[in-house]
Amino acid sequence: MKDHYDILVIGGGPGGAIAARTAAELGLSVCLAEKRAAIGTPVRCAEGIGTEAIAEFVVPDPRWISAELHGAKIVAPDGSSLTLSSEQSGNKVGYVLDRKVFDRELVWQAAAAGSDVVVKTRATAPILDEGRVRGAVLDFCGTTKRVSADVVIAADGVESKFARWCGIDTTVPLREIMSSAQYLLTDLPLDPHVTTFYVGTSIAPEGYLWVFPKGERSANVGIGISGRKSGTGHRAKDYLDSFIASRFPKAKQIEFIAGGVSVCRPLPCTVADGLMIVGDAARVVDPITGGGIFNAMFTGRMAVQVAAQAIASGTPSREALMPYDLTWRDSPMGKSIERNYRIKEVFITLSDEKLNAIIQTVGKLDLKEFSTFNLVKELIFRNPRLLLDLAPLRDIFK
Amino acid sequence: MLSVRRDICAYCGCCVSVCPQGALELIDAYLDVGSSCTSCGICAKACPLGALEVKDEGPL
Ligand SMILES: Cc1cc2nc3c(=O)[nH]c(=O)nc-3n(C[C@H](O)[C@H](O)[C@H](O)COP(=O)(O)OP(=O)(O)OC[C@H]3O[C@@H](n4cnc5c(N)ncnc54)[C@H](O)[C@@H]3O)c2cc1C
Repeated sequence: MKDHYDILVIGGGPGGAIAARTAAELGLSVCLAEKRAAIGTPVRCAEGIGTEAIAEFVVPDPRWISAELHGAKIVAPDGSSLTLSSEQSGNKVGYVLDRKVFDRELVWQAAAAGSDVVVKTRATAPILDEGRVRGAVLDFCGTTKRVSADVVIAADGVESKFARWCGIDTTVPLREIMSSAQYLLTDLPLDPHVTTFYVGTSIAPEGYLWVFPKGERSANVGIGISGRKSGTGHRAKDYLDSFIASRFPKAKQIEFIAGGVSVCRPLPCTVADGLMIVGDAARVVDPITGGGIFNAMFTGRMAVQVAAQAIASGTPSREALMPYDLTWRDSPMGKSIERNYRIKEVFITLSDEKLNAIIQTVGKLDLKEFSTFNLVKELIFRNPRLLLDLAPLRDIFK
Repeated sequence: MLSVRRDICAYCGCCVSVCPQGALELIDAYLDVGSSCTSCGICAKACPLGALEVKDEGPL
C-alpha cells in the first residue's frame, strides 16, 4: 500500500470492486480497502439479478452462476398465484449468483487491471482538511496508516459509516429498513428456474418472502420486513422460521444469514469535496425489489468516470464531482428508483384482500420487458379499478 | 443501556444503518456500541434476530 493514490475505495462489494476496476482501467492509481478478512463472505444477499444488468459489467461465467431464471411467481396471501414470464427475452430473465465467487471475481478483475487491494483493513476515519476529504485512516490488525487520496469513494454498503464520519447523515428511517434473514436450504421441492415471492401481512409485513433457486433442490429462502413491523416475537427470523416449518419442513440448512436492505430514497447528495458515495452506502437500492447489485456497480463505475475528469482538471471539489450525482439521478436507474419508491409507498398500504384480488384476476403474464414497472402497468391494465388505489401514482401510469 | 447478545448477533449491520446517532459500528465479528448511544431502542426493533436489548439501568 502506498501513502497516496488518485482514488481510495472503501469497501470491496460490487460497488467498490467496479469502482476500483474502472479506475485502474482509466490509468488512475487506486487502492481498494475491505474490512472483512475475506471478500464476499458472509454473503448478505438473495443473489438475484437480471441477465442484461449483469452483462453490462462482466461476462457471465458458470463459476458464479448458481441458477438461470426463466420466470417468477408471486403468491398472494390466500395462496393464489401469478406467473410471470418473458418470451421476448428468450425466457431467460435472470440469474441467481454465487456471490462468494462473484464478489471475488470482481475484486480479482480490479486487481488484474492494476488496483491495489487490501483486506482486513478498515477505514476508521476520514482525513479532513478544512472540510475537504483528503484520504482515510486505515487500520490493519492494530497497525494504523494514513492514506491520502484525491478522491475517496465510500462503497461501504448498508452500514454507510464513512460518509457519516464526513458529516453526511446516512441514517435509514426505521420503517424503511428491510430487516432480513435468509437460509440457504437444500433438499426442498422447487422449480429450479423460477423465483417465487410471497406477499401478505401475515407472511412478511411491508416486505416479502422469497425463494430463489440455487440448483435442482436448493434455494435461498429469505425474508425482509419493515423495521417498524419488527419486534420481540415477530422478527424477520420468526416469520421465516414459521414459513419454512409449514412449507419446507424437511429441508436442511446449509447457511443462515441476516441483513438490512434500505428501501428509502437515495441520499439527497452523493458527493462532497473529495468524496463520492456509491451503492448501498448511497441508498441506491430498488425500493420495491430490494435489489442493489446492479445499482452498486452502475454508480461505482460512473463515480470513477466523473472522478477521473475532476482529478485531471485540478481540484475534485464538490462542484467538480457533482456531475456524478446529477447523471445517475437522471439515468434510467435513478428514475426507476424514484418511480419505484412512489409505487412501493402505495403498495405497502394495500390490504391482503386487495392483494388477493389483484393476483387472482391475472394468473399469468408474459412481460415484454421483465421489470417491476411493467408488471404494475400490466396489473393496472387488467384491474382498472386498481387505479383508484393508485391515484397518487396517476402521473406515472398515464 | 443497550446490551448486545453476542451469542445471537449475526453481525449483519442492519442496526448500524438505522442508528440516528451513528453510535454502532461493526468491527469484524464484534458490534461496538459507542458512547453517543442514547438507548433509543430503534436498533433493537430493527434487529432481524433480537440480539439487541435496551435494559433498564435499575435504581442508581
Ligand atoms: C438479505 C438480502 C438480500 C438481498 N438480495 C438481493 C438480490 O437478490 N439482488 C440484488 O441485486 N441485491 C440484493 N440485496 C442487496 C445487495 O446485497 C446490495 O445492494 C449490494 O451488495 C450492494 O453492494 P455494495 O458494493 O454497495 O455494498 P456491499 O456489497 O455491502 O459491500 C460493502 C463492503 O464494504 C465493507 N466495509 C464496510 N465498512 C467498511 C470500512 N469502514 N472499511 C472498509 N470496508 C468496509 C463491507 O465489509 C462490505 O464488504 C440483498 C441484500 C440483503 C441484505
